[in-house]
Amino acid sequence: MTLSVWALPSADMTTAQEKNELTQTPLLKIWVPWLGMGGCKLSCRRGSSVPQLTNSPTLIVMVGLPARGKTYISKKLSRYLNWIGVPTKVFNLGQYRREAVQSYKNFEFFRPDNEEAMQIRRACATNALKDVVIYFSKDHGQVAVFDATNTTRERRISIVSFSKEKGYKVFFVESICDDPDIIAQNITEVKVSSPDYVNCDKDEAQADFLKRIECYKQSYVPLDDEKDRHLSYIKIFNVGSRYLVNRVQDHIQSRIVYYLMNIHVTPRSIFLSRHGESELNLLGRIGGDSGLSPRGHKYATALGGFIKGQHIKDLKVWTSHMKRTIQTAEHLGIPYEQWKALNEIDAGVCEELTYEDIQENHPEEFALRDQDKYRYRYPNGESYEDLVHRLEPVIMELERQENVLVVCHQAVMRCLLAYLLDKTSDELPYLKCPLHTVLKLTPVAYGCRVEHICLNIEAVNTHRERPGNVDVTRDPEEALKTIPEHF
Amino acid sequence: MMRGCSRSKSTQNLDRTVCMTNCPTLIVTVGLPARGKTYISKKLTRYLNWIGVPTREFNVGQYRRECLKIYKSFEFFRPDNEEGLKIRQQCASAALNDVRQYLADGGQVAVFDATNTTRERRETITVFAEQNGFKVFFVESVCEDPEVIAENIVQVKLGSPDYTNCNTEEAMEDFKKRIKCYENSYETLDEVLDRHLSYIKIMDVGRRYLVNQVQDHIQSRIVYYLMNIHITPRSIYLCRHGESDLNVKGCIGGDSGLSPRGKEFAKYLRQFIQSQEISDLKVWTSQMKRTIQTAEAVSVPYEQWKALNEIDAGVCEEMMYEEIQQHYPLEFAMRDQDKYRYRYPKGESYEDLVQRLEPVIMELERQENVLVICHQAVMRCLLAYFLDKTAEELPYLKCPLHTVLKLTPVAYGCKVESIYLNVDAVNTHRERPENVEVSRMAEEALLTVPAHQ
Repeated sequence: MTLSVWALPSADMTTAQEKNELTQTPLLKIWVPWLGMGGCKLSCRRGSSVPQLTNSPTLIVMVGLPARGKTYISKKLSRYLNWIGVPTKVFNLGQYRREAVQSYKNFEFFRPDNEEAMQIRRACATNALKDVVIYFSKDHGQVAVFDATNTTRERRISIVSFSKEKGYKVFFVESICDDPDIIAQNITEVKVSSPDYVNCDKDEAQADFLKRIECYKQSYVPLDDEKDRHLSYIKIFNVGSRYLVNRVQDHIQSRIVYYLMNIHVTPRSIFLSRHGESELNLLGRIGGDSGLSPRGHKYATALGGFIKGQHIKDLKVWTSHMKRTIQTAEHLGIPYEQWKALNEIDAGVCEELTYEDIQENHPEEFALRDQDKYRYRYPNGESYEDLVHRLEPVIMELERQENVLVVCHQAVMRCLLAYLLDKTSDELPYLKCPLHTVLKLTPVAYGCRVEHICLNIEAVNTHRERPGNVDVTRDPEEALKTIPEHF
Repeated sequence: MMRGCSRSKSTQNLDRTVCMTNCPTLIVTVGLPARGKTYISKKLTRYLNWIGVPTREFNVGQYRRECLKIYKSFEFFRPDNEEGLKIRQQCASAALNDVRQYLADGGQVAVFDATNTTRERRETITVFAEQNGFKVFFVESVCEDPEVIAENIVQVKLGSPDYTNCNTEEAMEDFKKRIKCYENSYETLDEVLDRHLSYIKIMDVGRRYLVNQVQDHIQSRIVYYLMNIHITPRSIYLCRHGESDLNVKGCIGGDSGLSPRGKEFAKYLRQFIQSQEISDLKVWTSQMKRTIQTAEAVSVPYEQWKALNEIDAGVCEEMMYEEIQQHYPLEFAMRDQDKYRYRYPKGESYEDLVQRLEPVIMELERQENVLVICHQAVMRCLLAYFLDKTAEELPYLKCPLHTVLKLTPVAYGCKVESIYLNVDAVNTHRERPENVEVSRMAEEALLTVPAHQ
């Protein structure tokens, strides 16, 4: 290691302005330059409080024959990106076509020699790309997923020049599958019930769809190792047994690749539950690290019984590092893993207070929280937004795993649920996650089936709805109107 | 990913075994000489150890040097050199033996760094792994760019013990002939023939990757890491915020602003950065006032990362060491006993910090020139990653205020330049005291506390 002492010329040490005065934004608790009596101007501060994942909009382009999982991947990827805070939207060409053509007759529409249909399909693609432009320029979108077959080089070249012209980055996701069982399964799960086949029986639909695939096969040119070596893409073979990744350009593409390489389609269920009712829950206090109440212990036993009754193969159990989730898991009699990342939201100076205490001691904070519960950060604590960031590795591992039971906390469970059920950041902090209830989530088609299983052990309600008046000027009664009962 | 596994009776200090995989993993490199196998092996080992997965690399070339003592010329590697082949076979076996020992003794991942260019050799290794219950993951590096290969040879081969008595041209010539010896028998991992193996094929220094049959979490993390590293020359600058008001008082944590001397430092930092004439410098700070004030003075756009916030000292936030000794003497002693794993009540440990910083490290790997303005404990963690320090050394690394560390990757490691910007500041480094018993006297505990107001 070399050591040196920096010696400066004595002249020219003045800076144009003393830039050391900062103020903390009240809601997000972010330090920004104080620009005099007018307060801070968020728009002209130098510091971004969100790490920059990319500096230009990204167009993800799906490639592949029908029934290769393109829409499944598009929707899942979009859900993930939105959850981690990257505004993303899927543009499904099939939907544009359904709007243009109104009623689908049969596969003949997709015949390569059907000139009239070709024109319609081209027009749909143009319209979809026009909407992409609007999404990026007016709606503050960052990622658009163009979900179509895009099976010809010609089509892909035109998309690349369109993107170049607009200054968008392009990333192709190609799904290649030659396993007839998987394709048949896909058709059954999502095609047979599509609006296109509403008046057909299963076998007719299946047969027609297979002919539809044939129409594309002739002209299908997969991404080529040589000819397409300058493009950025990932090729997924046979539902993830193999991947080919070429020229990842930036952070967001790297994250997308990592995500796509971790998801799978093996059937499984995810069980979400909070810890049993805790001593602090009974007192209406938030946060802390208390143990279970007697009813909480009862729930934990009931949970053990429920899990046994489900006869789940190879169940993994995860808890946080907090006493109440660990006590709950202990009753299950199965090995469990503790994740610090699953700890409840840190309420900072409000830890272990009741809502009444918070109103009395921090009325302004209490109001700010009601104004924007997702982004609001407790003083010396966290926000839901911080929580999502902290939970991302948990979600990634949940994707890799199969049957998992997660024993966690109210705010944490809301975040996980929002990811699995594609809820917005506005809905997230108000999702209902009552004590003593297990949610069983099973992926099906493009989404998730949810079963609520209430284990019939009494518990306090800890859900506080957004009150009518969220102004800092409101009266205490207005603030405390929606507080659930406690001892 | 650090998470504790439970036994049936939970206790306060659970075994911190990492449960990412249920059996050890053998990573096997594949590729011609000068394709970056050792570079990748060492870097991957460093990363895995830092995130808490005990990993060791086993370089067959080193076994060969120990066996042979003196390297004469490339002739040793000729495919028709019977004696040479025998020795190389023995070396590979010796290395695998040590691998078996290491993985039985608490090691989680072993990196078997050799050419492994024939299917036959790889088959032997796969059988060995199966017999011992290890998972196998191949990492193949394929590169045909003559400039990259020449550069590799210059950077790491010419300085190798094999060539201490040769001049540059002789060494280069001999090494090129050595590569030729392997070329004829080289069987690259094949999409069809090797479709049941788990592997990543890295092509042209990361332009392209082929990933096949990833089996579990650790392999997935390894793939992600390998896909994010690059070898473009660049420098990473690490420094702490300027001296803060709480630093001056000898208090830890908190969210105070810069002292007058801290503000001076920020000005000097700006001048220093300008003088370095760095192209496309990214500047990162935490979300705490003192790092942001420092960055503001540097007058370049910066990004705030919550993950770079200082370690949370929980109930000890804003206390002086004297106060901690007074109010929490037990905690204070336990911290001295195991500073890496010790977690402040309602706070964090260095171990937690490492987990929190992993995405920062991953992004640092992706980036080029970066200046990270952070905090003492955070900087220690980042430095430990770059300089391959152990968990024992990490919490005692010296990261004084008003000093910039410039790290430049070179060969298999990192060159470090320490630049003190000549503005006085308090010392915030507390050495481990002699007596770490909970029964110790207050004076013994406070012996190593640095001076403050």
